[in-house]
Amino acid sequence: MSGLYLPKEYLAILLFIVLGVGFGVVTLWIGQFFRMKRPYFEKLVAYESGNPPTDEPRMRFSVKFYLIAILFIVFDVEAIYLYSWALVYDKLGMFALVEMFIFIALLLVGYFYGWKKGALQWEK
Amino acid sequence: MQILTIVLQIAILLAIVLLHVAYATYFERKIIGHMQVRLGPMMVGYHGLLQPIADGIKSFFKEDIVPEQADRPLFLFAPVICLVTMLTSLAVIPFAKGWVLADINIGLLFIFAMSSLASYGVILAGWASNSKYTFLGGLRSMAQVISYELPLGLSLVGVMMLSGSLNLTTIVDSQGSSFSSMYLFPQLIGFFVFFVAMLAETNRVPFDLPEAETELVSGYITEYSGMRYALFFMAEYIGMMVMSSIGTICFLGGWNGPFEVPFFPPFWFILKVYGFLFLFIWIRATLPRYRYDQLMALGWKLLLPLALLNIFLTGLFKILVH
Repeated sequence: MSGLYLPKEYLAILLFIVLGVGFGVVTLWIGQFFRMKRPYFEKLVAYESGNPPTDEPRMRFSVKFYLIAILFIVFDVEAIYLYSWALVYDKLGMFALVEMFIFIALLLVGYFYGWKKGALQWEK
Repeated sequence: MQILTIVLQIAILLAIVLLHVAYATYFERKIIGHMQVRLGPMMVGYHGLLQPIADGIKSFFKEDIVPEQADRPLFLFAPVICLVTMLTSLAVIPFAKGWVLADINIGLLFIFAMSSLASYGVILAGWASNSKYTFLGGLRSMAQVISYELPLGLSLVGVMMLSGSLNLTTIVDSQGSSFSSMYLFPQLIGFFVFFVAMLAETNRVPFDLPEAETELVSGYITEYSGMRYALFFMAEYIGMMVMSSIGTICFLGGWNGPFEVPFFPPFWFILKVYGFLFLFIWIRATLPRYRYDQLMALGWKLLLPLALLNIFLTGLFKILVH
């Protein structure tokens, strides 16, 4: 297959993933033949401090977690821009600094709005 | 042929790292023991030296309990996801000049990607166990990890600006070999933010809320037992080692030391990583756990602005120097 680009460095990563999964799966699989297996009802019930579990474990959870996730997306996208920006910073100079901080200032408006609205406040 | 060489190298690296994981647990128990005026493990072997091996054998033969109402495939595979993502990060870490399995030009980005993927293992474990404690533990862990990923990523932007590269070997080389040229000094704020975020990312004390045993039993690993539990444990310790390596590479000058050690170039690198690991353990023995709202406030209200300030100062500094 000539002309096919093979990123040689990534071969090691691919092999690493394969070997890592192999290590995990094989230790668990071999262990199957050695470890004991005596399941009974009480052992297989979800742990709830010794009491029989009451109602659904997958309950409704606080809306705070959603707010954190939304804020995370905003700043994570920013971080992706910042990485590439940091790498070519030397070539761009003052212009890049001003421009990036105008961009960050725009995001910070949202950040402080979230702060004032109590999105970062875990308990009222 | 080339593939065989790489496989052999990976196997050797895996063996060394897993041995380190085993003895990291031993030293953790020993150091904490001595800090609390106890002896720590003493029974198995001379001063308990064979204790980690005994622990490994024990967890291998322990019964593997899968709760009845658990989501079986996800439950079975979650520990493997955690372990593999942590292990794969090791592929891009240069232990010495040329001692790296995959010298890719986006090394730092690759490590961020892998540490983000590891949180999938955590959240899947919490979800699939179908128990209240694991569910809450997984949820907390995810919120914590994404909150601290931002300061962690942003704290290293300063390093990227100084070195102009994401390749870990280039980052070390650009620091030069003298003590005063380490990025620790120009990036002092960055290092502080990185260090705190590193503790939170690896779920270590004082930020070990996902597995806060006083309130959540054992967090997302409550329902796990035997070897599957051991895989989570390994993943946690390998995560600590990866983060220590990143700290060493980005701030402490990697494998450069006061003098060259003959025959064993990674000597200084390994010494610095041990230093970081000791700090992890020391902090665990010293500090109490944070409350959850304090943890979130610290990440969002202090570390994030500090990291942005650090980027701004680094940019300004570079322009003024030019």
